[in-house]
Amino acid sequence: MFVAAVDAISRWSIPLIFVIVLGYALWHRVDVYNVFLDGAREGIDLAVRILPYVVSIFVALGIFRASGAMDSLAASLHPVLSIFHVPAEILPLMVIRPLSGSGALAITAEILRRFGPDSYVGRLASTMQGSTDTTFYILSVYFGAVGIRKIRHAMLVGLCADLMGFILSILFVRLAFGVK
Amino acid sequence: MLNLVWVGMILMGVAVAAARGHMDLVTSSTFDSAKLAVETVITLTGIMVFWLGIAKVAEQSGLMERLGHAVRPMLRMVFPSLKRDSPALNSIMMNFAANLLGLGQAATPFGLKAMTELQAENDDKETASDAMVTFLVMNTAGVTLIPATIVAYRAAAGSVNPSEIVGTTLAASLGSTIFALLLDALLRRSRRFRQRV
Repeated sequence: MFVAAVDAISRWSIPLIFVIVLGYALWHRVDVYNVFLDGAREGIDLAVRILPYVVSIFVALGIFRASGAMDSLAASLHPVLSIFHVPAEILPLMVIRPLSGSGALAITAEILRRFGPDSYVGRLASTMQGSTDTTFYILSVYFGAVGIRKIRHAMLVGLCADLMGFILSILFVRLAFGVK
Repeated sequence: MLNLVWVGMILMGVAVAAARGHMDLVTSSTFDSAKLAVETVITLTGIMVFWLGIAKVAEQSGLMERLGHAVRPMLRMVFPSLKRDSPALNSIMMNFAANLLGLGQAATPFGLKAMTELQAENDDKETASDAMVTFLVMNTAGVTLIPATIVAYRAAAGSVNPSEIVGTTLAASLGSTIFALLLDALLRRSRRFRQRV
């Protein structure tokens, strides 16, 4: 029932937005097509502006991962995290989640395949994946796009919030489903 | 701090590759990643062009204004430094709405538009304003009502109940967002991080 609702919302929300926005505009006699094109041009400009930032992050992350440095980092964090009963399998996800959205999704998919979506690790990975976002990527692309160089406390707060998200994920998954 | 993380990742990568004797992987992954980044931006360009077109239509027809009216008082509580009729508030609203619905791809164009409008109101063009930091911190904490992608992945992996994690996800993201807002409110006045004008 709930799955059907989530499925229906993700299937219907975008078409519904189109119908409502375009219908409303036509009703109010807006020059819909030309106004659409005006807005669309802004998209090209933004894309050109964010390109260097996206390349810089992808390259740094690519080197970090391909060299094996990420696995080493995850392994070195393991003793600390095992004190808090954080399963070792979840570590790569916690390291990569703030850095890369598609990278995190790939790790989550792998965890779901290997341990099953209804296991403790599977539920934990799902909750962590859904409840935080790619801090490092968002900060550099969004600030970069408008030319901000001094980001003040944004990175610090963003990473602390990710950590809090992980802690809360562990807490809530344990409360709701136990550790099996 | 961005400098530190970015250079740190590259230097650590090169060092580990040197220790393990597979420096060739660094070279090949550099060019593969650069190519992947451009492909990602090109995909994103199509999405941005489309959503910003739709947004312009919603703006011109007055629909955005009507929707914005209801949520504006709440947004002004979170962004006390913004002017009452700041155009950025509309884009921020659209960005949050897209994130809540799990439409991550629609969230990016509205987020970038909001940043452009916040920058127009910013006195020091090189330093992030209070509102910018709050806006991005909320984005990175990522409140989602419908984590559609992960529910789909769980269903594909054969879960008995793919959407059972919606509750835990919402609780965890809500908790971390509130934590982030409090931490931001605390730090933006601190001697080290406050904006100097």
